[in-house]
Amino acid sequence: MVKTKEVVFSRAEIERYSRHLIIPEFNIAGQRKLKAGKVLVVGGGGLGSPLLQYLAAAGVGTIGIVDYDRVDDSNLQRQVLYGLDSVGKLKVDEAKKRVENLNPHITIRTYNTLLTSENALEIIQEYDVVADGTDNFATRYLVNDACVLLGKVNVYGSIFQFEGQVSVFNHTHPDGVKGPNYRDLFPTPPPPGLVPSCAEGGVIGVLPGIIGSMQALEVIKVLSGVGEPLSGRLFLFDALTFTSRTLRIHKDEANPLTGKNPTQTRLIDYVQFCGAPQIEKEHEETVAVKEISVSELEEMRTSGRPHQLIDVRESHEYEIVQIGGELIPQGEVEENLEKIETEIPVVIHCRSGVRSAKVIKLLEEKYGFTNLYNLKGGVLAYAREINQALPTY
Amino acid sequence: MTKILIPTPLRKFAGNQPSVEVSGQTIGSSIAQLAEKYPELRKHLLDENDAIRSFVRIYLGDEDIKSLDGISTQVADGSIISIIPAIAGGIM
Repeated sequence: MVKTKEVVFSRAEIERYSRHLIIPEFNIAGQRKLKAGKVLVVGGGGLGSPLLQYLAAAGVGTIGIVDYDRVDDSNLQRQVLYGLDSVGKLKVDEAKKRVENLNPHITIRTYNTLLTSENALEIIQEYDVVADGTDNFATRYLVNDACVLLGKVNVYGSIFQFEGQVSVFNHTHPDGVKGPNYRDLFPTPPPPGLVPSCAEGGVIGVLPGIIGSMQALEVIKVLSGVGEPLSGRLFLFDALTFTSRTLRIHKDEANPLTGKNPTQTRLIDYVQFCGAPQIEKEHEETVAVKEISVSELEEMRTSGRPHQLIDVRESHEYEIVQIGGELIPQGEVEENLEKIETEIPVVIHCRSGVRSAKVIKLLEEKYGFTNLYNLKGGVLAYAREINQALPTY
Repeated sequence: MTKILIPTPLRKFAGNQPSVEVSGQTIGSSIAQLAEKYPELRKHLLDENDAIRSFVRIYLGDEDIKSLDGISTQVADGSIISIIPAIAGGIM
């Protein structure tokens, strides 16, 4: 995949990479392939942090970073590439700065953009290997399909709460046979309704470090040709019980890209393929119920107008921050109907206003309530506009 | 008895158990028993026609049931069935 004959190293590089050079199976031949190699890391987040650091440290010659976001305080729990001085700045700029400080002998290219069907082929075609460190299904299918269409290896890593997955997709074995890709494993994504909501998301901070490091290892193996990449296999890690397994992945004859009768020859609309984002869909429901703003709520409270405030988040969220509402988690509302007032206005809230709108819809349609008001923007709006001392999450 | 390993994201629908024992003769009947025991799990595993959903893989031992006999695959006593969910990241 890479011409390595003309790759030469300076004295400083030889010294830096000496622990690679003295591994008999790796040696300077493997190091030359790393230096000639071009890797695109999609997502400069939890997985991207170890990926970028290890790939740069190992001497991968050209590293591209795609990310559209800025560093936020809440990233620092797992995105160890960044520090306090990065908060508020573009991730690609901060990542470049940190990684260049780690290894001045490599080239870093940055793409401060969302990877889309419009730009993915153009960006990815410049690289040999893509490391997928994204956080949503639409981009995962996009990365997969673009890699298949362009014949690039896709080193996949994915995490959720305590679960980690790693595989190497679209890798050509020495016998010339192409290994399976993401669509062989999961033909379609879960519909938005089955994707966990903000009440059930999250990831344990160390897990992306573990999984992203494994991705970096596989990228280095693929580039150097050393060892057997995790192609045709899926590595699973359960951080709760500390159990890992490696299962076989078979090609699916129905795969629209690489199956028996391929039907897809170009990139598609992945946002549509994965279902419209839940927030947008639920926003329609939000406008379908009566709402009040946080300042109207505050006015009600200070003027002493009778009302009831109900918080339908989960108890673990209530522990983080609360605004004086009575806690009845979304899933327990129907068992607690007697707690909901019928004679005075009842304001229902959650974190951002999506779940509370759902609850109101249910209570109105199924139980005939007419006195319910959704708190627009939920706790987030309250903390932003009324009481800035409250933490948000 | 057959052990079904529950992946961490679905454990909250299965009494927070890392595994559940069932006694089905096939993959289909084993999954059906699991879904009966934990009704909240059903929609995450099976569609309206009781087919395995396309974003979930079921393995018997190290093999995908798609490369065996699908949900008709016979399950020997002491086998291990795994449920592999599609996951995409921790940020919603």
